[in-house]
Amino acid sequence: MQASRPRERRQPVILALGVIGLALLVLPLLGLILRAPWGQLGELFVRQEVLQALGLSLLTATLSTGLSLILGIPLAVLLSHSVHWKVLPRRLLRAAITIPLVLPPVVGGIALLLLLGRRGILGQWLTQVGITIPFTTGAVVLAQTFVAMPFLVFAVEGALRSADRRSELAAASLGASPWQIFRLVTVPLTAPGIAAGAVLCFARALGEFGATITFAGSFPGVTRTLPIASYLAMNSDPDTAIALALVLLAVSLGVLLALRDRWLPGTA
Amino acid sequence: MTSGTVTVLAAASLTDVIDVLAERFEDANADVDVVASYGGSSALAEQIVSGAPVDVFFSANEATMQSVVDAGLAADPEVLVTNTLQIAVPAGNPAGITGLADFARPELTIALCDTAVPCGAAAQSLLDLAGVQAQPDTLEEDVRAALTKVSLGEADAALVYVTDVVAAGSAVEGIDVPEAQQVINNYPVALLAEAPNPDAGQAFIDYLRSDEARQVFEHAGFAAP
Amino acid sequence: MTFELTVSARIPRPAFDVVVELKADPGSVLAVVGPNGAGKSSAIAAIAGFTESHGTIRLGDKDLAGLPADQRRIGVMFQDLLLFPHLTVRENVAFSAKVRGGRWSAARRSADPWLSRFGMADLAERYPSALSGGQAQRVALARALASEPKALLLDEPLAALDVEFRDEVRADLGLRLRQFAGPTILVTHDREDVEVLADEVIVLEAGRITQRGSLADLARNPATAWIARFTGAQGRRDADDVRYG
Repeated sequence: MQASRPRERRQPVILALGVIGLALLVLPLLGLILRAPWGQLGELFVRQEVLQALGLSLLTATLSTGLSLILGIPLAVLLSHSVHWKVLPRRLLRAAITIPLVLPPVVGGIALLLLLGRRGILGQWLTQVGITIPFTTGAVVLAQTFVAMPFLVFAVEGALRSADRRSELAAASLGASPWQIFRLVTVPLTAPGIAAGAVLCFARALGEFGATITFAGSFPGVTRTLPIASYLAMNSDPDTAIALALVLLAVSLGVLLALRDRWLPGTA
Repeated sequence: MTSGTVTVLAAASLTDVIDVLAERFEDANADVDVVASYGGSSALAEQIVSGAPVDVFFSANEATMQSVVDAGLAADPEVLVTNTLQIAVPAGNPAGITGLADFARPELTIALCDTAVPCGAAAQSLLDLAGVQAQPDTLEEDVRAALTKVSLGEADAALVYVTDVVAAGSAVEGIDVPEAQQVINNYPVALLAEAPNPDAGQAFIDYLRSDEARQVFEHAGFAAP
Repeated sequence: MTFELTVSARIPRPAFDVVVELKADPGSVLAVVGPNGAGKSSAIAAIAGFTESHGTIRLGDKDLAGLPADQRRIGVMFQDLLLFPHLTVRENVAFSAKVRGGRWSAARRSADPWLSRFGMADLAERYPSALSGGQAQRVALARALASEPKALLLDEPLAALDVEFRDEVRADLGLRLRQFAGPTILVTHDREDVEVLADEVIVLEAGRITQRGSLADLARNPATAWIARFTGAQGRRDADDVRYG
């Protein structure tokens, strides 16, 4: 038995533009792969600075994804409820969550310094009780969360909007409190959206550069993540820079491919 | 007769001076348009080696210029100006920094450039000369990033170029280091072999050598070689 | 425990008020019928506590009006059932036990008597997407009853079923409702449902009650044209059968 379906009518213009679009995305990476010093790659990968930056990047991106999940899912719920608000506060909320996406990350880093730095609005109080955030691994996590959490919020909000919210009413009629509804119904029903958002968030956090170097600085093992190490190496040792970029690329691809089939909507 | 466009790639630390000098050069040569682009010297050299159509390369570092010469794309670079390191502290010097020895105090927040970039390599030589074991909290990717940390008050001190302290204005104070005269950074300029407009490029380099240009350089903190 | 309420709720679009005053005795089934858009489902939502409303809702000697939905102890069965798609049949039935506290393992066990009483023991580990319409309907009823509600609201419980199964499922629903000790309010547009399941009917038209009584009372003495058509539906359907049969 052979399944058959009507043949799609080809749209040559759409096909051509689509292929060009794909080429624009993929060819630069191909350039990176072709220029990679494959012969020395094995030796470059085990260098301490590479392993250290990789470990720090995986740690901080995981932590900032976790922080984004804890804070971002409730924020997405709030955002999805905002459709019942007045126009102005609703738009302000959406704009506030969108800003980190459009802001140059370096500006985001400066903004974080002005808030949480030693002389920052909150930072000066924190400094008095002995908490200094800039130049710490915690600062890297905050900078990554600032930049990456909006991806999660918007993915989860989209999932909330397409899920049947009346399941929450059914849960309430069965005696579930708002918190139980959130935990037992809302979160599981939107799990595919949450997973998709978490993957995007992790990938964005992994590639974060501007906000991190501005807010957290760059010190090996503490704040020097893979993208920063790669950028720095570009100045003195392009081969190492390319090797680091390849590690970044491989880790991102691995995460995206591994999770895609299991979780994302639209795939079996 | 010079006319057309002169394309200049210059080190980021030259941004302010070259902007001024390009404008004056254009005023004196109505038919010439100077297009200047700035960045880290290594990145600029990479662009030139990759075939960017450029007339003049003004590097912050002789080794980087040498990589362009080695590629056969420039000959006879000439060191036009020099720059030295200075300690930058936030206005009012809240941490009471007096000299390089303070860079070894672990309780202070110290910003240096990474040794992969020229200002970091120079800072390392200077610290070695002074016999100071620095305790940096961050190794920045370029000199302006290090300076930003100081001007925002997040770092107590950084080692940057005199010209950067001048450019930062009142937010930052400079403290001289005696040993700095032994770690001088040379800025070579060269006309490129594949310059699209070699005549105008040469004319611009000649102008950079003039007394008028010299005053602009010195005002910005650069010294003569 | 008698269900006695006067609720008014605002319908946003088209904007009008629904005012319902009714009394349902323990163990009885009160049907609410009326044309589309009369406000039947809005009244149900207001009684369940899903939407804002005014008035009193007395269940026994307790006033529920100020309580949130999850504290009213009113079981609700929705027209499209709203089974939790991410939970198995067993977990759907066990959901109320789970939210009363404790672990899933204990809650799952507490669902066993309900599963066997509803003849669903062999469906226990299926997900709702793998159930037939009649099976899903039974799970929804078992889920509502397992929460040990003091009253039941059924909003068009048979409307989603194919006509060929509806009679059988309706008979089954009638048997199970007879075992429920509290009052039941049944919203329907199907005269057959009223005849088989309900003890009393109220008619809601454009937000107001236009008649109440037994189906026979309504048929004998219809207060409005709609009620006359509704109670005469049986005769008309027979006529259709003759014409097309």
